[in-house]
Amino acid sequence: MVLNEATLKRLRWRCRRGTRELDALLGGWLDADGAQADEATLSAFDELLEQPDPLRWDWLMGNAAPPRADWQEMVDAIRARDRV
Amino acid sequence: MANTTKIQTHQYDVIVVGAGGAGLRATLGLAAKGLSTACVTKVFPTRSHTVAAQGGISAALGNMGPDDWRWHMYDTVKGSDWLGDQDAIEYMCREAIPAIIELEHYGVPFSRTDEGKIYQRPFGGMTTNYGEGTAQRTCAAADRTGHAILHTLYQQSLRHDARFFIEYFATDLVTDADGNVRGVLAIDMNEGTLHFFRGHAVVLATGGYGRAYFTCTSAHTCTGDGGGMALRAGLPLQDMEFVQFHPTGIYGAGCLITEGVRGEGGFLTNSKGERFMERYAPNAKDLASRDVVSRAMTLEVREGRGVGEHNDHIFLNLQHLGPEVIHERLPGIAESARIFAGVDVSKQPIPVQPTVHYNMGGIPTNIHGEVVQKRGDDREAVVPGLFAIGEAACVSVHGGNRLGSNSLLDLVVFGRAVANRCAELIKPNSPHRDVASDILDRPMQRLEKLRTADGGTPTAQIRLNMQRTMQTDAAVFRTAETLQEGCRKISEIYASFEDVRVTDRSLIWNSDLIETFELSNLLGQAVATMYSAEQRTESRGAHAREDFPERDDTNWMKHTLSWVDDKGAVRFDYRPVHLNTLTDEVKTIPPKKRVY
Repeated sequence: MVLNEATLKRLRWRCRRGTRELDALLGGWLDADGAQADEATLSAFDELLEQPDPLRWDWLMGNAAPPRADWQEMVDAIRARDRV
Repeated sequence: MANTTKIQTHQYDVIVVGAGGAGLRATLGLAAKGLSTACVTKVFPTRSHTVAAQGGISAALGNMGPDDWRWHMYDTVKGSDWLGDQDAIEYMCREAIPAIIELEHYGVPFSRTDEGKIYQRPFGGMTTNYGEGTAQRTCAAADRTGHAILHTLYQQSLRHDARFFIEYFATDLVTDADGNVRGVLAIDMNEGTLHFFRGHAVVLATGGYGRAYFTCTSAHTCTGDGGGMALRAGLPLQDMEFVQFHPTGIYGAGCLITEGVRGEGGFLTNSKGERFMERYAPNAKDLASRDVVSRAMTLEVREGRGVGEHNDHIFLNLQHLGPEVIHERLPGIAESARIFAGVDVSKQPIPVQPTVHYNMGGIPTNIHGEVVQKRGDDREAVVPGLFAIGEAACVSVHGGNRLGSNSLLDLVVFGRAVANRCAELIKPNSPHRDVASDILDRPMQRLEKLRTADGGTPTAQIRLNMQRTMQTDAAVFRTAETLQEGCRKISEIYASFEDVRVTDRSLIWNSDLIETFELSNLLGQAVATMYSAEQRTESRGAHAREDFPERDDTNWMKHTLSWVDDKGAVRFDYRPVHLNTLTDEVKTIPPKKRVY
């Protein structure tokens, strides 16, 4: 858990993006699912954050599919939550 | 436990703080001039808020029909409600043309016409022939102009060997006893170490302070860190009462729907289905400038013609454009509306409301980006070693109200100007003068005080109090009553910061601590904004007083300068608006009533 704690702190900062929209979508995932996530999931999220914003935006908006199943799962969770 | 006694020192010719459009354009220019340049930024450059500028960047290229930089200047002066300095506006509108051509050469992928020229679209407030026709002046890279510019400038900066210190948070300016700026103190959030960046000059390119408000289009990072640093260094901020509300933030979510939507033919309706902008701005209609549209929307809602369950917002319609135009010209809009408003824009209108979007006020500078202050009789004495650009600065080119697509322009024109000025003033790799051994004492004391803050109120609580007060009392419409109440409340909130509690004592990825530094920066600017709004007894641009509905050029055609001391006390002075132009190629645009 100590390891997760440090990772979460770093991911918390990296959820700061250039737009309010991405702040809300990515930060929302970390708030809702981050604390319970296992190390593999957090590491997948970390790598998702490294992807270029326009590409990830396309995934989150459903215009394209991410190349990894674990990313797709996160994208689905985010889309399910934030859709009004 | 954090080791705050060891501080690593770095020496560069110039230190740029911030890596948005302005910071990157300056960094690139400085490095290209052979100056050793460090860019210190709290987030990765392509994650700066410039990425959110979807609409485009204005320049009178004339690719779509006749255009002239003088018409652009006229529009900008009028848009500013005659608070903008005309010499600075002339400079920006003339330099727009070479600045865009440079961006094109650097590789920004602008959208093209069939003949291969840069495509230009109409945008609010942009006209031809001094207000007669609608100009097509705004260049765009689809609806990702901001991202394209950031990406291009970052790559170019790396090619020119600029050094980037990414995820470093700058806490304070470092000044010597004579008031010369000698560098900045910063925390490396990854390592948890402290760094003194020494430079012959420091460029603050830290963006706006939109996060002082509750409903804003700004990302989390928009905490006006440079403005806070300037106030703590004893410098004034200028025209802080002028806060722009963007007419079309998505209701409840704050997410921005670009003005480009209205440029492409989108329009606003009330609960009766009326295109009400026809009544408020018979000529420009939905493309009137932002303050005009925001106030019209507020009035429609107040008079009972708002839409939705609580009749408290307005509809933005683009259904009639057809899926092809939407998909081709405005793809991001359809996505945003779908996910944040649950709306299919080809079938339904988007619910929108005026949302805080831009700070016209900021650190006062001249057209070279040099920070100015009053010294004796000189109202525009340069602060040695300090520059400010972009939303952090107030040149002033936007005056009381900024036109859409003039902000990206401001970033690149003045980012470039700073690089040129520094190249005149600084010899590459020249030796650094000695600094006193106690030069870091003050910034270090503040850092330690906040790191170990052990009061009773969490940062988030103070921040929320501030945001709600700003939202309620420094809103689209203002009166003496609400502003006096606002001043009282915001001063109390400012004072409550003495009781802040930071729970995490480390320096590594300590969001709690960083957000506390950011809150401190926001609070100073919130106080400056509320008090500046209270003392300006007229309506001009974005500053709309219900009790003083007219512009008062006799008493108020002047810039407000506000100082906020460490106790939160505010002091004012003024600087005349420059009505003179820079050259004799254009005449002063005389004040007249601003109607669209």
